[in-house]
Amino acid sequence: MFEGYSLAELGSIFAMQGFAGLILFSVFVLMALGLAIIFGQMGVINMAHGEFMILGAYVTYLCSTFISSYAPALFPVYFFIAMALAFVASGALGMLVEWAMIRFLYRRPLDTLLATWGLSLILQQVFRSVFGAREVGVVLPDWLMGSVAVTGTIEVPINGLFVMALTTAITVAIYAVMFRSRWGQGVRAVMQNRVMAGAVGINTEKVDRYTFGLGCGIAGVAGSAFTMVGSTGPTSGQLYIVDTFLVVVFGGAQSLIGTIASAFTISQAQSTMEFFLSGSTAKVLTLLTVVVILMLRPQGLFVLKVRR
Amino acid sequence: MTRTPQSLPQGRRLGRIDGDVAGILLLAALLIIVLPLGLDIFRLNMVGKYLTYAFVALGLVLCWGSAGILSLGQGIFFGIGGYCMAMFLKLEASSPEATKIQSTPGIPDFMDWNQLKELPWFWEPFHSLTFATIAVVAVPALLAFIVGLAMFKRRVGGVYFAIITQAFAAILTILIIGQQGYTGGINGITDLRTLKGWDIRTDEAKLVLYFVNAALLIGCILLCLHVRRSKLGRILVALRDKEDRVRFSGYDVANFKIFVFCFAAALSAVGGAMFTLQVGFMSPSFVGIVPSIEMVIYCAVGGRLSLLGAVYGTLLVNWAKTMLSESFPELWLFAMGALFIGVVMVFPNGLAGLYQQFIAPRLGRLLPRPASRASAPIIPPHTAAD
Repeated sequence: MFEGYSLAELGSIFAMQGFAGLILFSVFVLMALGLAIIFGQMGVINMAHGEFMILGAYVTYLCSTFISSYAPALFPVYFFIAMALAFVASGALGMLVEWAMIRFLYRRPLDTLLATWGLSLILQQVFRSVFGAREVGVVLPDWLMGSVAVTGTIEVPINGLFVMALTTAITVAIYAVMFRSRWGQGVRAVMQNRVMAGAVGINTEKVDRYTFGLGCGIAGVAGSAFTMVGSTGPTSGQLYIVDTFLVVVFGGAQSLIGTIASAFTISQAQSTMEFFLSGSTAKVLTLLTVVVILMLRPQGLFVLKVRR
Repeated sequence: MTRTPQSLPQGRRLGRIDGDVAGILLLAALLIIVLPLGLDIFRLNMVGKYLTYAFVALGLVLCWGSAGILSLGQGIFFGIGGYCMAMFLKLEASSPEATKIQSTPGIPDFMDWNQLKELPWFWEPFHSLTFATIAVVAVPALLAFIVGLAMFKRRVGGVYFAIITQAFAAILTILIIGQQGYTGGINGITDLRTLKGWDIRTDEAKLVLYFVNAALLIGCILLCLHVRRSKLGRILVALRDKEDRVRFSGYDVANFKIFVFCFAAALSAVGGAMFTLQVGFMSPSFVGIVPSIEMVIYCAVGGRLSLLGAVYGTLLVNWAKTMLSESFPELWLFAMGALFIGVVMVFPNGLAGLYQQFIAPRLGRLLPRPASRASAPIIPPHTAAD
C-alpha cells in the first residue's frame, strides 16, 4: 500500500493523517472521558451519551445564531459562552435523567442500557422536531479560520489546533477535579467501595447525581467542540456511541489514563489507515483489532487494582 | 393441574405444562386459521414478515431471559441467515440467459455494476439449495460459537458482552456496505425471483410461505420449550441467578452459555432466511446496531421470560410500528423510546408478566377447574457485571 510515494511524501502523509487523527482523538477523548466517568464510577451504560453530546452541539449552534444577530460584538468569543452553556444544559439534563430514571436502575446495568437507548431515541426525535432533520453547522469566527503551514507540504487547520488545545485543557481540568479536589476524592471513594464510602459519611446518592451530571456535561462540551470540526444532525451522536464505548472498554473502564491512551491508539490507527485503504475497510480493521484484543484481554489496557 | 407448593419455583412450571401447550395451540390457531381468514394477502405477508422477527425474539428469550446473556448482535445472525438465502435466490435469478445484457452474463447484476468479471469464490457453493439451507443455520451458529468460545471461556459477560456484540453488528454492517461488489452494498441483495423455478413473488407463493413460516415458528417454539424444560434449561436459569454456585457444582458454565448463544443465533438465522423468502430482498439495514437492539425490545415487550409472550410482543410492536409510521411518522420514535424505558422500569416482565399478574388469576376464577394461583413472576436479579 506504500508504493508510489516517496519517503518525504510518506512523512507528510503520516503527519497530516496523524493530525487528522488527533482531531478525531480529541472528540473521542471528550466523549469517552464523560462516559468513562459514568461507566467506570456507576456501572451505568449510558447509550444516550451521544445525544447529550449533540445537545451541546445544538446549544452551540443556537448560541452562535443568537449572538451573531443580537450581540455581534461578542461573536469572536461566542464559543466560550456556548461551551459553558452546553456544559450547563447537558449537565442539568443529565442530573434530571439520573433523578428520574437511572437511580432506580443501579445494579441492573443491562437495563440501564435499554432504558438509556430509549432515552436516546426520544432525544433524537426531539432534536429532529425542534431543529429539523437537516444537519446544521456553526459559523466560525475569523480567527479560527484558515490553516498554518508548518512546512511546504504540511498544513494544519487552526480550528483543529483549537479543538486539541481545548481537549487538553478539559482533560487537565477533569484530572484536577477527580484527583486533586475533595469532591473527586469522594467520587473515587464511592467508585472503589460504595458501602464503605457511605459508612464514612459520604452522601453517595448526591455523589452519583453530580457525577452523572458531570459526565453528561463533559459530553455537552464535547458536542460544542464537535461543531468546530463537523456539522450536527439529530443522529450524529449515534454514529459515535459504539466507537466511544469501545474506547472506554478498551482503555479499562475505570482508568482515565487508559481512556486517553486507547482513544489515541484507535483514532490514530483509523485515520492513518484511512488514507491508504478505503474508509470502511480502515474502520472495520480498527474495530476488529480492538474487539480481538478485548477478547484476549477483557479487562482493557489499564486496570485499576481495587479489592472487591 | 395440581396445586404446587409456592416454595418451589420450578414446580410451578411443571404444573403449567397444560397451560403451555394450550397457549401454543391458541397461538397456532391464531396464526394458521384466524389471521389468514381475516387479513388480505398484503397484510398477511406483513404479519409473516413480523413473525420472522419472532424467531429472533425466541432466541433472546432463551439467551437473555433464561440465561441472562444479553446479546445486542442478534441482527448479525438474522442478517447472515437472510443473506445466505438471498445469495442462493440471487444466483438463481442471474442465470446467463436472464443476464445476457450484462458485460459478464451469469453473475448478479450488482457485481456487474461494480466491474467484477467473475463470481467470487464464496458465492460459488450457493448455487446449491442444500448448501444454502445448511449455511443458513451453520454459518451463524459457527460464528456464534467462535465469538462465544472466545468470550465465555474468558468469563466475559454482562455488559461487556453486550457492547462487544454490538461492535460486531457495527463491523458487519460497515463491511457489507463497504464491499459493494461482493454484497450489494447498502441496497443489499434485491430483485429475487424464484426458488427452484417457483416464483416467490406471486400472492399464492406468499400465502404458502406464510404457512411454512408459521409452522416453522410453532416448531421452534416447541423446540425452545423442550430446551427450557430439560435439565439444560434449568442449569441456564441457575447460572443466570448464581453463576459461581453452578460453577462450583462442577458444571463448565462457559459451555452452556456457548450452547445457548449458538442456539439463539441459529433461530435468528432461520428467521432471517424466512424474511428473505417472504419479503424478497435482504439489506444491511436489518443487520446493524439499531435493528439488533430493536429486536431486544420485541422480546422485552412480550416478556423476557415467556416464549409465547415474545411472539405476541413482536407482533404487537411491529404492528404498532407500521401503524404509527404510516400515520404519524414523528411519533414512532417517541413511542419506541417510551417503550424501552417503560418496559425496563415499569413492567420488566412485559406482556407475559401483566397476563400472569392480572388476567391469569381471573381466568382461574372463571374456569371451573381452579388453576394454581400464579406466583409473582420471577424478575431476573441481574447480578452486577463482575
